[in-house]
Amino acid sequence: MSDCHDGCNGSRREFLSGTLKLAGGAVVTVIGASALASSSSGPTSAPIPGGGEYDWNEHLWAYLVDTTKCIGCGSCARACKAENAVPDGFFRTWIERYAVGTDDSHVDSPNGGMDGFPPVQVGFVANKSFFVPKICNHCRATPCTQVCPVGASYRTKDGAVLVDADSCIGCGYCVQACPYGSRFIHPATHTASKCTWCYHRITKGLKPACVTVCPTQARQFGDLKKDGDPVRAVVEHDRVQILQGHLLTEPQCYYTHLDKEVR
Amino acid sequence: MPEITGFSFPNDIHVTWSLMIVMYPYITGFVAGSFIVTSLYHLFDRQEFKPVARLAMATSFAFLLVASLPLQLHLGQPQRGPFVIITPNFTSAMAGFGILYSFYMLVLVLELWFVWRQEIIDRARRSRGMKRAFYAALALGTYDTSPEAIEIDHKAIKILAGIGLPAACMLHGYVGFIFGAIKANPWWSTPLMPVIFLLSAAVSGIALLILLYQVYAKLDRRPVVSTCVSALASWLWFFLILTITLEELELIVMAYEKSESWLIISELLTTRLSFSYVTMQMIIGGLIPLILLAVVVLMNRYLHEKVRNTLATVAAFLTLIQVFSMRWNIVIGGQLLSKSLRGLRSPYEPEMFGREGVLMAIALFVAPFVILWVFDRVLGIEEPEGSGGHGNPPAAPAEASAASHVP
Repeated sequence: MSDCHDGCNGSRREFLSGTLKLAGGAVVTVIGASALASSSSGPTSAPIPGGGEYDWNEHLWAYLVDTTKCIGCGSCARACKAENAVPDGFFRTWIERYAVGTDDSHVDSPNGGMDGFPPVQVGFVANKSFFVPKICNHCRATPCTQVCPVGASYRTKDGAVLVDADSCIGCGYCVQACPYGSRFIHPATHTASKCTWCYHRITKGLKPACVTVCPTQARQFGDLKKDGDPVRAVVEHDRVQILQGHLLTEPQCYYTHLDKEVR
Repeated sequence: MPEITGFSFPNDIHVTWSLMIVMYPYITGFVAGSFIVTSLYHLFDRQEFKPVARLAMATSFAFLLVASLPLQLHLGQPQRGPFVIITPNFTSAMAGFGILYSFYMLVLVLELWFVWRQEIIDRARRSRGMKRAFYAALALGTYDTSPEAIEIDHKAIKILAGIGLPAACMLHGYVGFIFGAIKANPWWSTPLMPVIFLLSAAVSGIALLILLYQVYAKLDRRPVVSTCVSALASWLWFFLILTITLEELELIVMAYEKSESWLIISELLTTRLSFSYVTMQMIIGGLIPLILLAVVVLMNRYLHEKVRNTLATVAAFLTLIQVFSMRWNIVIGGQLLSKSLRGLRSPYEPEMFGREGVLMAIALFVAPFVILWVFDRVLGIEEPEGSGGHGNPPAAPAEASAASHVP
């Protein structure tokens, strides 16, 4: 016993310090994983599909809708469905039709406007009628990422709000927290799904599918960090509106000529 | 496809939070409510609750064991459920669940151990073989039942009850917070939500104990102590008044200030939820038990024991329906309403079979009673007749009228 006294003590000390390191490491791992999952403070550049040279610090994306230009053709919703394999009955983007009279109004969006809009009869005198395209507002202060219990929903440095389907637990809290109805639980993956601004396209220098196909440029996509960007010019110099501003979610989808009836 | 009245955002027609999310607050409500009852005895020395104190604690434990199951069953990716505890995102209200749940579980299990310690030791001494080893393990190797040890038990129970009561209240108030903090949904978004949830938890816990006490007394061939029933009925009445008052105040404020969502919420309540809200939550589960309990409390001294028991039991049963309806109307009602505030979808009908179906909900509700039965087999819920008793020093049976116990 006495022969190995020092050695035993040493090995015990080593064992203890090893255990402590291990425990510390585990804590760091857990905290690290949590931090990585919960915010965009991870790596400085996003993994680039196709391996291009995309640096998310150089961009700040924004979406702009001019409601007076939308003709309700539904191309955007169809393109989105084709591009992102959006399941039937769920929508990453849709178009709403408004018919507004003095005392009454009518709103509809048959199949999200995907098949265009059949004529509609309303029981009042409609003074004006217009279409409003809707997508995820990619809010800066978004409640959907706030409520995600595992940090699977996050906002990237270039301003897109995304979902990591590999860590989403499918609790649906974000679906409840989004005031715009932009999220849904995907019926096949059972995880949250939403508009990504076609993140796989914009990181390659392309526009989102809905913007690309819009025949009237009612939908525009731009970079608030790029000089001379037309969307940036409108956002900075014109009067722009946002949806449900009273909720203070700071949407990054801006509207011009929005009507009071639109929520 | 659900039918829509008015205009709903196209993704709003799906009810994402199913029957399981109705069951979750219903079950945690029993956890908190039963603990409130057991605390009235163990913490506040209300002797009139002695006959149900241990039953209440065991009930809280039984329901706690199944409390997380409805959440787990609801998840789209259940295997990732532990991520909530391993990699929590602390800005989420939901991330606190693991912490609150585990903390309360720890406190409750410790308190259970102290309360049942003597029985565990007695059984360990009485039994042989494997059974003895089992009870010896439960006793954690200490067989000390000296007066000093018992005194320490009493102190520990009191301290644990003191920690457990706020923990139980947090666990359930937190469920209300999960809904109340969703600014996107005007039917949920109110600071009153955690308070209403907590009060209705007390209602459901007390009501369940009134029923369980009658059943347990029958099965165990013990007399039903009338002062205990009177006291439970008084507290049930008190909490029911508070709950319904707050539930109504929330609506009255909304209506009076003509908030932007009132138009659609009033339509929701009078059309889609007319049965579950007006009929079940307000009249059958609210008004009628309020009247029955008023009779029990105000006319206590004139009532024959059987009449009092029957009135209290019927009222308790109805309030259980009230609380379930309240959970349903909050969780499901909030999803029938589109965030466009322009439309409602047709009522939600849960599936019968499957992970989130009606049968599963029934199984979840029945499971705690099975656990209670097992608990009674293993440890015995009540002390054996003639034993010295535990907890607080024995006091004369409370004889004061129940009405005087209303705070």
